[in-house]
Amino acid sequence: MAVTARRLGNRLAFAGFLFLLMVPTLFFFYWMISLSLKTDVDNLANPPVLIPRDLTLKNYAYVFQSSPLPRFAVNSVVVGVGSTALALILGVPAGYGIARSRRYGLALLILVARITPALSFLIPWFLLFQQLGLSNTYHALIISHLIIGLPLVMWIMMGFFEGVHPDLEDAALIDGCSRFGSFLRVALPLTRPGIVVSGILAFIFSWNNLIFAVVLAGPRLQTLPVAVFNVMSFEQINWGPLAAAALLITAPVLLLTLLVQRHIVASLAAGGLKG
Amino acid sequence: MPVFTLPAVAVVAVLMVFPVVFTLYMSVHSWYASSLTSPEFVGLANFKRAFVDDERFRNALWLTIYFTVLATALQLVLGVAVALLLNRPFRGKGVMRAIFLLPMVATPVAIALVWMMMYNPTLGVMNYLVGLVGLGPYNWVSNAAIVIPALAVVDTWEWTPLITLITLAGLATLPVEPYESAQIDGASTPQMFRHITLPLLRPTIVVAVLFRAIDCLKTFDIIYVMTQGGPGTATETLNIFLYLQAFAFFNIGFASAVVVVYFLILLVMSVGLMITRQKTSWQ
Repeated sequence: MAVTARRLGNRLAFAGFLFLLMVPTLFFFYWMISLSLKTDVDNLANPPVLIPRDLTLKNYAYVFQSSPLPRFAVNSVVVGVGSTALALILGVPAGYGIARSRRYGLALLILVARITPALSFLIPWFLLFQQLGLSNTYHALIISHLIIGLPLVMWIMMGFFEGVHPDLEDAALIDGCSRFGSFLRVALPLTRPGIVVSGILAFIFSWNNLIFAVVLAGPRLQTLPVAVFNVMSFEQINWGPLAAAALLITAPVLLLTLLVQRHIVASLAAGGLKG
Repeated sequence: MPVFTLPAVAVVAVLMVFPVVFTLYMSVHSWYASSLTSPEFVGLANFKRAFVDDERFRNALWLTIYFTVLATALQLVLGVAVALLLNRPFRGKGVMRAIFLLPMVATPVAIALVWMMMYNPTLGVMNYLVGLVGLGPYNWVSNAAIVIPALAVVDTWEWTPLITLITLAGLATLPVEPYESAQIDGASTPQMFRHITLPLLRPTIVVAVLFRAIDCLKTFDIIYVMTQGGPGTATETLNIFLYLQAFAFFNIGFASAVVVVYFLILLVMSVGLMITRQKTSWQ
């Protein structure tokens, strides 16, 4: 009896402790949601209203009325899907090639692309795109986002293809399959989780990106982060709609992440752990 | 095999070759994007300006190092501590992992925006919360003396979970045999931690920290959205400085020299990363 009680106590203590560790993360998102649902009066109260008294959707209505949010969302989707599709088409076979030929010198190229600050690409590109008449086009944005997505896809897929035992493919090769055939029929189906995760991560990083579109997109092609950044002003306190806009632009990536979280954790760990 | 890698390598090369050639060329020239004259060769004058004449550049360099060291250290200590505390099987591990992922993938603009509201000196919830334990009120991002730590807190909030998740994954791969023999030899738990867990975990942690340090050196979105380098130049890190030189002053020659210096710093860190990775690898 006493032993069970103590075990239960331990469990409860650990659960409470676990919750405490997650408070910073949870509180932030709670606060974002609550700011977006509270009335102006509650948002501007001092001390802050921690538990909202009455909830309203007025802030969301205001965001949709005052800005062409759907149009910016279309821009974000076009650029995100376009750059992710290109990154997968180029990056998945490349990851396979590097993993099978063990030519990790090419991986070095990925690392260089990964560490270089975006601005170092952006300054020359901006001037080049201007010369080519490509500034303020979807092409320029998709190409620029490729420099984030492609190395990511190559890096993650490299790890996944290394996990596919070569014997499996050798069997296919002996049975008369071509190299490309064994890639298509054996390696690719086995690494589907990797393709999903790297694609989703490439899309998320494109969706979240601010700097490329700030410089390369005109008013018509603004992506969501740029649009929100442009309407931000903290002088006039308009917190409800701002929080609602923040939540709206980040909600899609949060949902995507929750959908595939198990695989994302594995990939993140692989990126940091590989010896 | 080249069939598989060639297209991607070609695209990356094309995307990178032009910027590299352009930057190296411009770094030894004086040229403004707004001017109609062609670039004028000035030798190493741009580099001399950066290191000798331009106090703002040295300020940017110092702020970048300050921010990076502070944020990385906070994340390392908190991230590893939390991982060690959570390193046991428990129900809800999946939920915890999912929640810890959210700050890393959330849109930085949205994160920065909400933090700005939380940091508001009069109405923000942060001053209320620190007030509960008798601290503050602070001016957070409008006080030059504490704005870098305030930004480091945001970065730490975002990225500590990454260190935790990576460390947890590393802990899961540790072999059991050393612990068994240590137990037979009568080692205590702290001794086992000090002499088995830490050395085995080191490669994992070192790589994670170097990756974080490299990303901290490159932090842009959060700073650009929250302070745009201000108040004054109190948060003008290298990336912000570079942005201003290129897209506010159109000083492409000088900006290119700054890119060269900036890239060399990151390259040294990355070489360090590769070397430590190989040296500490125990597999």
